Amino acid sequence: MLQEESDLALIIAQIVQKLKGSNLYTQLERQAWASLQRPEIKLESLKEDIKEFFKISGWEKKLQNAVYSELSVFPLPSHPAAPPEHLKEPLVYMRKAQGSWERRILKSLNSMCTELSIPLARKRPVGEQKELLNKWNEMGTDEPDLSLFRPVYAPKDFLEVLINLRNPNYENGDSHSFRTHLGLIQVPLKVKDIPELKEFFVELGLTAGQLGVDDSTQVPPELFENEHVRIGQKVLSEQDSAAAQQYIRQGSPTALRAELWALILNISSQPEDILYYEQLKTNVIQHDLLVDSLIYKDVKLTASNDDYYFVFEDYLYQVLLCFSRDTSVLGHFAYSSASPPKSYIRGKLGLEEYAVFYPPNGVIPFHGFSMYVAPLCFLYHEPSKLYQIFREMYVRFFFRLHSISSHPSGIVSLCLLFETLLQTYLPQLFYHLREIGAQPLRISFKWMVRAFSGYLATDQLLLLWDRILGYNSLEILAVLAAAVFAFRAVNLMEVTSLAAAEAVLADLSTLKVMPLLQIFLFATVT
Amino acid sequence: MMSRQKNQNYKGHGLPKGKEREQRASIRFKTTLMNTLMDVLHHRPGWVEVKDEGEWDFYWCDVSWLRENFDHTYMDEHVRISHFRNHYELTRKNYMVKNLKRFRKQLEREAGKLEAAKCDFFPKTFEMPCEYHLFVEEFRKNPGITWIMKPVARSQGKGIFLFRRLKDIMDWKKDTRSSDDQKDDIPVESYVAQRYIENPYLIGGRKFDLRVYVLVMSYMPLRAWLYRDGFARFSNTRFTLNSIDDQYVHLTNVAVQKTSPDYHPKKGCKWMLQRFRQYLASKHGPEAVETLFSDMDNIFIRSLQSVQKVIISDKHCFELYGYDILIDQDLKPWLLEVNASPSLTASSQEDYELKTSLLEDTLHVVDMEARLTGREKRVGGFDLMWNDGPVSREDGAHDLSGMGNFVTNTHLGCVNDRKKQLRQLFRSLQGQKKTPN
Repeated sequence: MLQEESDLALIIAQIVQKLKGSNLYTQLERQAWASLQRPEIKLESLKEDIKEFFKISGWEKKLQNAVYSELSVFPLPSHPAAPPEHLKEPLVYMRKAQGSWERRILKSLNSMCTELSIPLARKRPVGEQKELLNKWNEMGTDEPDLSLFRPVYAPKDFLEVLINLRNPNYENGDSHSFRTHLGLIQVPLKVKDIPELKEFFVELGLTAGQLGVDDSTQVPPELFENEHVRIGQKVLSEQDSAAAQQYIRQGSPTALRAELWALILNISSQPEDILYYEQLKTNVIQHDLLVDSLIYKDVKLTASNDDYYFVFEDYLYQVLLCFSRDTSVLGHFAYSSASPPKSYIRGKLGLEEYAVFYPPNGVIPFHGFSMYVAPLCFLYHEPSKLYQIFREMYVRFFFRLHSISSHPSGIVSLCLLFETLLQTYLPQLFYHLREIGAQPLRISFKWMVRAFSGYLATDQLLLLWDRILGYNSLEILAVLAAAVFAFRAVNLMEVTSLAAAEAVLADLSTLKVMPLLQIFLFATVT
Repeated sequence: MMSRQKNQNYKGHGLPKGKEREQRASIRFKTTLMNTLMDVLHHRPGWVEVKDEGEWDFYWCDVSWLRENFDHTYMDEHVRISHFRNHYELTRKNYMVKNLKRFRKQLEREAGKLEAAKCDFFPKTFEMPCEYHLFVEEFRKNPGITWIMKPVARSQGKGIFLFRRLKDIMDWKKDTRSSDDQKDDIPVESYVAQRYIENPYLIGGRKFDLRVYVLVMSYMPLRAWLYRDGFARFSNTRFTLNSIDDQYVHLTNVAVQKTSPDYHPKKGCKWMLQRFRQYLASKHGPEAVETLFSDMDNIFIRSLQSVQKVIISDKHCFELYGYDILIDQDLKPWLLEVNASPSLTASSQEDYELKTSLLEDTLHVVDMEARLTGREKRVGGFDLMWNDGPVSREDGAHDLSGMGNFVTNTHLGCVNDRKKQLRQLFRSLQGQKKTPN
């Protein structure tokens, strides 16, 4: 009991410290001072009266949402004496693997830079700045020569690194016993099994209504949909983050989704936020970064070729170019296993005073990165709001999909979860695919790394991301991947090569995610 | 001629009852078009292609054949052909304008200004050169706006240009010249000058128009079906009024887009209507979307009503129209034009599926196989929109728009579970045949 209490005290202290530096604190202070003018505030009961005022005026709710937001992102309580690396990643071998992967990426970036004799960053001449400012809303019309640029890495390169991950403390003998894991991931992380997943995802069960299932044309809306929409409107009017997160587990109505996501992520477009975005835009205008070309290339290769996202090409540049320059993103490295790459001012290699993070936000984009932003363009049309939402989604979820860590939502755990689910509940299929040289993870990896963006139809993708937000976890990606395999199992059992297996799973655009998930979790005999 | 149905309120949709329709052993079809239509016709069980001069039961013809041969071709009762003799009353821009104007006047006389205003979905249009002076009057009343010139009879975006100054259209000026000069005049091609919609609704900074399919089975009485699927065609470049010479910005016709330097064939520049409808719903809410789609229903019905008395309603004829609709920033839909021969070539896999489904369902409605009872309100992806009067939705959903528009049985941009519906439909028809009532 004592341990729990001190843990709690530690968490509270940390949150308070965090919030003290935030804009909300300043606003609360200001509100408190202003409230002294009010007749109901009396000197004798100052503290209680101000608290009451906050409750009535909705400020308490805002504070509640902020605390809830911190809790969602906050890592689990650790020992007060634990070094900061443990907050990032408790397992040494994972940290080491992430470190060496980062060095490889940086090396690749630096060598591209040297080969092409392009500086990592340069200031734009005034003429170029003016031109870019004029073209800001249609950067997609630019056709710079990107033929020499290659993406720094693609998901499949990353997969190879994960396959080679080994825990040096885990020895299971040289011989391949039945216990040896048959999949590609060979590290012993704890993942949930179906009974645990059933409990975790209880709101997706067969007895609860779901958007994505119970709003189909055959089901009369009085049974579920109408009531669900009504509750959604109520949640929004109450402006309660925690309630919204709970509500969205059953899916969000199309008309309410944009606001609900903003509420859950605790994003409200304050003038300061818009100013901040404009500041980032100015940074883009003034300086050109090498990563900009990588971003251009990625957008042209992926989103621009997608039937549904090509329309939003310009928004993608407006978001991603600003994102690269946003140093506030560096904050997430405190709880990510990754560390921002460091670069040195020319000629001052090794001197810490001349070290800068490159790119300024510490995130080097890879092939497919722009697909994290594309679906959001369906919901948000104002660039600064779109930007804020994306940034928050990145620092809460997406960063875990391309860094090596032991976190349950990290890509390593997701891969292991996927393989374990398949191996345990579809052993025949798993064995067959393995025999023909088509390890399932080789096919599903790219789906999970991109959180299925670009693979599912947009409305289905948004229903899936509703649940990511609702459960504050990416594990649903692994479950869906396994469910897709289960769904196409009959066809997969007939294939005899990796290429044929890829072909069976090439087109996911007709899939309905919620029924698939429900069948896999709740209706399959285990 | 229809026998009395038990339910007096619901009229069948035009299939002859009373005498049993013949079940034919095989149906001989003819067509000059290739692509998707050929695939669909060949795959239809019991349908056989007839070449050259053989006798046919079904002809998907092109309009030029119709023009030359319709009047001296004898057709048996059961024979069907895919165009109405004088469809151009609806599909040629100058005739359509005339008919619509006349219909509007009639409505105003009969039902008042408010009702007539429902026909204001067509941007102000003038035929050139005969209405040149009327045009100039309107032009002077609205200085600085942009106008678009379209040839009356061409398609695929050919010959279209924008202008703001009268001198750009000097060729169409109707002069009073001396009779000596007139002999030497080279007749100028018929064009229409139309007010250009300067505030189109943009998505991602791009302009788009909607292609919607309407199947008309007869004009007297008017029976029309609306297909649930369709698509939004995007312009490849960002919309701006600065470059009115840039054809690629303003014309969203896929044929024109294909020649734009930006065009990448993989892109296709099209969104299915379902995606478009969802995008709008998440941005503007479901009520606004209902209103918009209800306004579009209004366009389809009124435009057909305006030519109802003019088009020769031959029972052998049916026609599948492609309507082009433009939405402006106030979410008001405008009719750009109606196509009698909408393109049936597929630009992508998704497009191929849409067009083959569209054609299959068209053939189901035409019903050469005499399977339907005539009381159906939905066949595959087609919903019966107008049957000599509005067709109500089965579930009696109330009119959300409250605009006094017809509450029609339409589901444009909604889920199209046509395969399932067709299975159920044909299964129940089989069942009915076995137990005659």
